[in-house]
Amino acid sequence: MAADDRFTQDYRETREDQRPGVRGEVVTGPVSDWATDFSHVEPEWAADPYRIQDDLRQRCPIARTGRFGGAWLPTRYEDVAAIAYDTERFSSRSIIVSNFRPPRELAPVGTAPPISSDPPFHHDARKLLLPAFTKAQAAKQEPATRAFCHALIDAFAGRDVVDAARDYAQHIPVRVIAGVLGFPLEDGPQFREFVEDLLEGINLPPDERIDRVSRLFDYLLARVNDRLGNLREDLTSYLINAELYGRKLDPSHVVGAMALLLIAGVDTTWSAIGASLWHLAKTPADRERLVAEPGLLPTAIEEFLRAYAPVTMARLVKDDMRWRGVDMKADDWILLSFPAANRDPAQFDRAGEVVIDRAVNRHAAFGLGIHRCLGSHLARMELRVALEVWLQRIPEFTLADPPAVTWAAGQIRGPRALPLRIH
Amino acid sequence: MKVRINPERCQGHGRCYDLSPGLFGDDEEGYGRVRGDGIVPPGQEHDARLAALNCPEHAIDLLEEA
Repeated sequence: MAADDRFTQDYRETREDQRPGVRGEVVTGPVSDWATDFSHVEPEWAADPYRIQDDLRQRCPIARTGRFGGAWLPTRYEDVAAIAYDTERFSSRSIIVSNFRPPRELAPVGTAPPISSDPPFHHDARKLLLPAFTKAQAAKQEPATRAFCHALIDAFAGRDVVDAARDYAQHIPVRVIAGVLGFPLEDGPQFREFVEDLLEGINLPPDERIDRVSRLFDYLLARVNDRLGNLREDLTSYLINAELYGRKLDPSHVVGAMALLLIAGVDTTWSAIGASLWHLAKTPADRERLVAEPGLLPTAIEEFLRAYAPVTMARLVKDDMRWRGVDMKADDWILLSFPAANRDPAQFDRAGEVVIDRAVNRHAAFGLGIHRCLGSHLARMELRVALEVWLQRIPEFTLADPPAVTWAAGQIRGPRALPLRIH
Repeated sequence: MKVRINPERCQGHGRCYDLSPGLFGDDEEGYGRVRGDGIVPPGQEHDARLAALNCPEHAIDLLEEA
């Protein structure tokens, strides 16, 4: 058998489809009017996007901005759903709004298949990964996740105040996804840097941003080369061996899918765990009820996912068009806010309240349509185990210093500093 | 009462088999599957409605029989 030489040379230097893309001007600073100049990376949005989205839903309801080279923000559930379902007119070739638009030739594969892929390629790339992310596969990770959560809390011994975001929530998905991909567990701190570079560094000068993203791909390429000739029962090995259309995957597909799993698996779940603990710390009635009725936790988790949905996606408009009253141009961004959809009073009763026993909850926290979050079963398992263990071990806790709580800006929202008093 | 999943709409969110595992399961890719012939045994109508009302894709049909 011939040696696998797909990864011996850096594929990025030889790709024929490498074209420059479009770099735009970086605009930062206070927003003048959220309806015409919105920015999801400014501090006001990070502190409370819901008030802004609720206001826009009443008066727009599709906001626009000239920042990022032009973007739209639908705020009604029905508009968000319509765009998520319309893969003919809205492309996923880049799903993080930035000042750089990747070249059109990148579609339908994109840089991180299948999240960056459009039909028909999307279906085949997703099919490769689905069997590894079923509920039964997620359940296999549960005992180790539970033991890990206990170990994190054991380490709190002797402390009255802990940071639930930094000392607890963030470690859990890092550990789980490192196990799934077969990466060294001690590399966890690097994963968090990659996440910040990719998701929070969107207003860096485009060339600096591209350099930072390259560091992630360098790391992943090194992990692939570690595995060649040393294949194991991990997803990295699986992707190296996987075939599509009768041949092994392109090296860019292998590494791009690994990038997706690493980035999407980390700060989304970290954010959901942190936001849930933040809510319970400031809402004693809900906390006491869940301690008394642990069977209600899965229902409450769906409500935390609705009310504090961590993930906003993006699309690119394919061609100039008039869409629901606005003039969209080719290559305009769509900031696809599942959090805004989840708080639309036209879709949910008491949309602005957190109702932990809400029995009917068709929220869109994991997206809608063909791009439904691949890791949703894994995320739900992590969230349930993280909250179960916390509530068992620390049934009483409060915000230690409410003004010290900080939230990530950008498309993934969750607490990044969350000091809690636990005694 | 009978339940049916529209495979054109199902995206594998898994709300049906989370909430009503007696009536729904999943396939090897995580898409929802109706157990057996989809006839809802007496006493499980509530589970059937709960699954249908929580499907984000509106992929579950409830067929009320006369």
